[in-house]
Amino acid sequence: MSNPVAVKRVKNFSLNGTAVLVALITLFPIAWMISTAFKPSQEIFSLTPDLIPSHPTLGNFSEVISGQASGIGSVWLFFRNSLAVTLATVLVASLVSLLASVAVARFRFRFRASVLVLLLIVQMIPGEALIIALFLDFNRLGLLENLLGLILVYAAKALPVSIWMLRNFVATVPRELEEAAAIDGARAPTIFWRILFPLVAPGLVATSIFSFITAYNEFIVALTFLGQAHSTYTLPIYVTYFFGRGGAQWGPIMAASTMYTVPVVLFFLIVRRRLVGGLVAGAVKG
Amino acid sequence: MAEYVWRRERPLRGAAPGGTSLATFVRRHKLAPYLLLAPGLAGIAVVLLWPLVQVGLYAFQNYGLPQITGAEPVQWVGLGNFAATFADSEFWLSLRTTVLFAAVVVPLTLVAGTLVGLLLHRLGKKMAAIVSTAALLAWATPPVAASVLFYWLFNPDGGLVDWTLSKLPNWLVGNTDWAGFNWTTSGALPAYTVIAILVVWQSFPFIAVTVLAGLKTVPAELYEAARVDGAAPIRVFWRITYPLLKPIFLVLLLLSVIWDFNVFTQSYLLTGFPGNRDEFNLSLYIYDKAFQFPPSYGLGGALALIFTLVLLVVTVGYVRASVRQGALT
Repeated sequence: MSNPVAVKRVKNFSLNGTAVLVALITLFPIAWMISTAFKPSQEIFSLTPDLIPSHPTLGNFSEVISGQASGIGSVWLFFRNSLAVTLATVLVASLVSLLASVAVARFRFRFRASVLVLLLIVQMIPGEALIIALFLDFNRLGLLENLLGLILVYAAKALPVSIWMLRNFVATVPRELEEAAAIDGARAPTIFWRILFPLVAPGLVATSIFSFITAYNEFIVALTFLGQAHSTYTLPIYVTYFFGRGGAQWGPIMAASTMYTVPVVLFFLIVRRRLVGGLVAGAVKG
Repeated sequence: MAEYVWRRERPLRGAAPGGTSLATFVRRHKLAPYLLLAPGLAGIAVVLLWPLVQVGLYAFQNYGLPQITGAEPVQWVGLGNFAATFADSEFWLSLRTTVLFAAVVVPLTLVAGTLVGLLLHRLGKKMAAIVSTAALLAWATPPVAASVLFYWLFNPDGGLVDWTLSKLPNWLVGNTDWAGFNWTTSGALPAYTVIAILVVWQSFPFIAVTVLAGLKTVPAELYEAARVDGAAPIRVFWRITYPLLKPIFLVLLLLSVIWDFNVFTQSYLLTGFPGNRDEFNLSLYIYDKAFQFPPSYGLGGALALIFTLVLLVVTVGYVRASVRQGALT
């Protein structure tokens, strides 16, 4: 073992071996979810479970799509609800936080530091604390059991982190560009839309990860607001309802969970390179 | 200079005199930043701050269903809700569960995440891509899907974990009859073991990726020098990596504490809320008091206030750490 080449080889081998092990352990639960989704029920409750289904079937998916398994409608209905809520949240949160981030990144004003500290603090208010008053307020406003109420709450919840992240992107846009445009006679709205907006667009994509996750994964508000109004359920509440019905329908439940997971995984893979930038400040988490 | 750009004086034009005078007004009083902030701050005030104020008020009232319907008047009850809370043994049990859970899961997540971050840093490009993709998938899985999945993995009837444990020799896994062992209804310890594994699985990727981003900022020469000196990896970590990444670790620690105090989704689903009261944590206890019949928004408010104040202490630490890193500039 005194041979340095051999030592290096052993080191590399153990390093890569550890890496493969970590990857396999991490992937296993997801693989099991997908595998269960494709298994017929006698294989799901087999006495010798196997990761690879021996008779793979789409039956679980068709039960989920027909709505027969959950009893409250096709998975597409809940997909549509979640998609509508998520897109609206991302749009509203992006626009509002872009405006606010220009204020904190480009202006010096009296309450600037207080606003920044406020943004840090409000991120941390636990949902369990807010939900009581939110439920009563939105009940009075007639905004329970519909998607608009959820969009309002999610957009506002996404704001502190979005403003905080976008601020860094706005700050990196060279001020000279804006000044040059101003000298050429462009007015503030023109500078905003024609110069600043295209340059912070990549930052907006990164920020939208956070509002996307907030809206797509949110549980406690949707659970409380949507109550028994099945047709307004978002995907997490639909999966929860389905799960809570019992009856050990693991095939269809895993099929629904898989369909729920796929879009957000794709989104993460698309934006993966932007995930790391400003992460600590952004505190992106599901 | 940029401020000058955004609030620059312009020669007045004849067209649209109304708009121009408004613009002049905005410029003269330096209102631009406030106008830009207005929609955002309004949203935050209405959805985050005002409800918190209301909850703070409920905490000192007898607010419940009769008060909402108007059948009985709202009365101030002083510290009554707090006294009732502190006299309830379920409160102390759920507080204990919450604190113990965070005390175990925070270090576990930080250690696991840091180890994977260090591993990613040393791996070749291809291997690093494989590991980080795997981690990304665990991270991206929505908590509801992940919770339901873990419920199934740990299910007594057909679940993979019980099956595996029942096949392993007793000297390794103890004498418990694992076949048919119910993790989610057998008390807080088994239930929160499952939740802990789930939370670590979903949280370590964020830590790993953040630590990796920090590691990339450490000058390679420092590690070269340590290698030349023949320093052991553990020593290199504590002498070079840790001191340099200390600010990142501090923020990760505080964020983890806040997150692991708040595992509502996972605990709601994996303890079968509201079935197993001995498996309540603080989140579930608050939700139970406020929303299970008969709802007591007063008790819920008192609890929410206590919970928020506890987290506020951690948050102050987080804000101070961020400020020290120059986040406010």
